[in-house]
Amino acid sequence: MTDGVSTLDARPAPPARVGRPRFRWTFLGVVPFFAFATLFLVIPTLYLVVGSFKDQAGHWTVQNYLNLSQPITSNAYATSIEISLVTAILGGILGFLLSYAVIAGGLPARIRTGIFTFSGVASNFAGVPLALAFIFTIGRTGFVTVFLTNVLGWDIYGSGFTIYSKLGLEIVYLYFQLPLMVLIIAPAIDGLRKEWREASENAGASTWQYWRHIALPILMPSLLGATILLFGNSFGAQATAFALTGGFINLVTILIGGQLSGDVLGDQNLGYALAMGMVAIMGVTILAYSWLARRAERWQR
Amino acid sequence: MTSQANVLHGDRDLQADVPDRRPRRRGQRKTVASWIFLLICVTYFALPLVGTLIFSLRAKPMLSAWTDMINDPQVWSSLAYSFVIGIFTIVISILLLVPTAFWVRLRLPRLRPVVEFVTLLPFVIPPIVLVFGLISTFSRPPLPLTGTSLGSDVLLVCAYVVLSFPYMYRAVDAGLRTIDIRTLTEASQSLGAGWFTILWRVILPNLRVAILSGAFLTLAIVVGEFTIANFLARPMFATYLQQISGNLAYQPAAVALMSFAITWAAMGVIALIGRGSQTEIEVTGAH
Repeated sequence: MTDGVSTLDARPAPPARVGRPRFRWTFLGVVPFFAFATLFLVIPTLYLVVGSFKDQAGHWTVQNYLNLSQPITSNAYATSIEISLVTAILGGILGFLLSYAVIAGGLPARIRTGIFTFSGVASNFAGVPLALAFIFTIGRTGFVTVFLTNVLGWDIYGSGFTIYSKLGLEIVYLYFQLPLMVLIIAPAIDGLRKEWREASENAGASTWQYWRHIALPILMPSLLGATILLFGNSFGAQATAFALTGGFINLVTILIGGQLSGDVLGDQNLGYALAMGMVAIMGVTILAYSWLARRAERWQR
Repeated sequence: MTSQANVLHGDRDLQADVPDRRPRRRGQRKTVASWIFLLICVTYFALPLVGTLIFSLRAKPMLSAWTDMINDPQVWSSLAYSFVIGIFTIVISILLLVPTAFWVRLRLPRLRPVVEFVTLLPFVIPPIVLVFGLISTFSRPPLPLTGTSLGSDVLLVCAYVVLSFPYMYRAVDAGLRTIDIRTLTEASQSLGAGWFTILWRVILPNLRVAILSGAFLTLAIVVGEFTIANFLARPMFATYLQQISGNLAYQPAAVALMSFAITWAAMGVIALIGRGSQTEIEVTGAH
């Protein structure tokens, strides 16, 4: 990259360049990145966008989006949203409690380090091995299932539970949702100053009053933002659900997968609209998260 | 924090032990409650691992799940394939993002929000949608990549490079924040260095920690990735595990545990290289 505009170059620009933007050539430096992103991210996405607005004959239409209200696709959205909400809220609450317990709960520093390292691993340990681990554990012949049946006399599969269900999937998702929460919320908990607590105590506040009027309001943007992020994390997951249920649970990601491998919807363009609906929800999620994260940063530092 | 990835603000902050001066009785009650909650969580996290281990040991003769795994050439070939794909991904990702992040900081600060936005797009476009778009785009002319095995490999690496954008860019950008690139660049230029020399011999060594942590996170994500590999029909580690889980009884348990160990190793390396460094380190990936 020899663009000739080095920072040490104190000479005035050659007359020929007058009137032209001088930084023109510096844009060459980012061309490889944008070219790559265009080819492998933007064009494939635009392909889906354009396809979602066309009918089978190639005419422009919004019918595909209206067709999303039919049972198979609307059920997929409903199930995906339900599972994401449940695991985001549960994972959010439990993850916050765990993070708070190891940061401010009076536990030895070594445990803190251990939990954070493990959380890094567990939040990345998803997909096929995670699904298998749960099948081996509370599947029909898993050791927890056998233990509950033989020792406690409680046959969970007899009472209607199965790991291959919505509830089962939620239990599995918590395995990466909870640790993710532990990690994201840690800086916010770290930012709770001891002085605020002491000041509130000196003013005669109870523990409940401290949490209700000081800690929770300060933590709220972080908590909300993190929970929204967990929602997106679960909403976009495909591998774990696919490996666990073999594709028999109707999630948006699973349905897109089915459409991709075998045109289960029988309509290419409806498939594109399905994918775009998912991108729209993810987009709102990430926007809400970054807005809340910016608000939360005020209290950290 | 503006990305999906969480940033662990250095272990040092979390370890800073402030003496507890609150009334002792409440402190004790709190500690007991913390221990109990910790134990419940640890149990939940340990059970699936223990369950998988027990399951792998049920194979007769004893340990045959593990010896089968060790003697299964496809376990190792899929693992080797995943690592090769991972290394290509990392190299391309570094080649694309280090010069871009450097250049944007040095010369095109106005473009920064745009680059940041693009690197965050993979969070908005989940892997299943990305692979849907890639297959739709590249299964026909002018670039029919999915038609050949090599083409699919190329597509797989490119998809993973896209997935690595948020982690790698944020790692590199955080690394650049801690060094004075303007002074370094001007000093190098006054010594007669060209742009390649500056990037390769001045900037890159200064970003060691940031790049390595981004690289190992990318490796962990790639080796465990299933969705994209599955739809591109690539013999990755996770797709092989999925394949044998349908027709072998105990060996998948051993392979699943090995997969966990690989993730653990990658995270361990990240923790090691991050120790004592000022760089913020990304510690989690997408699912």
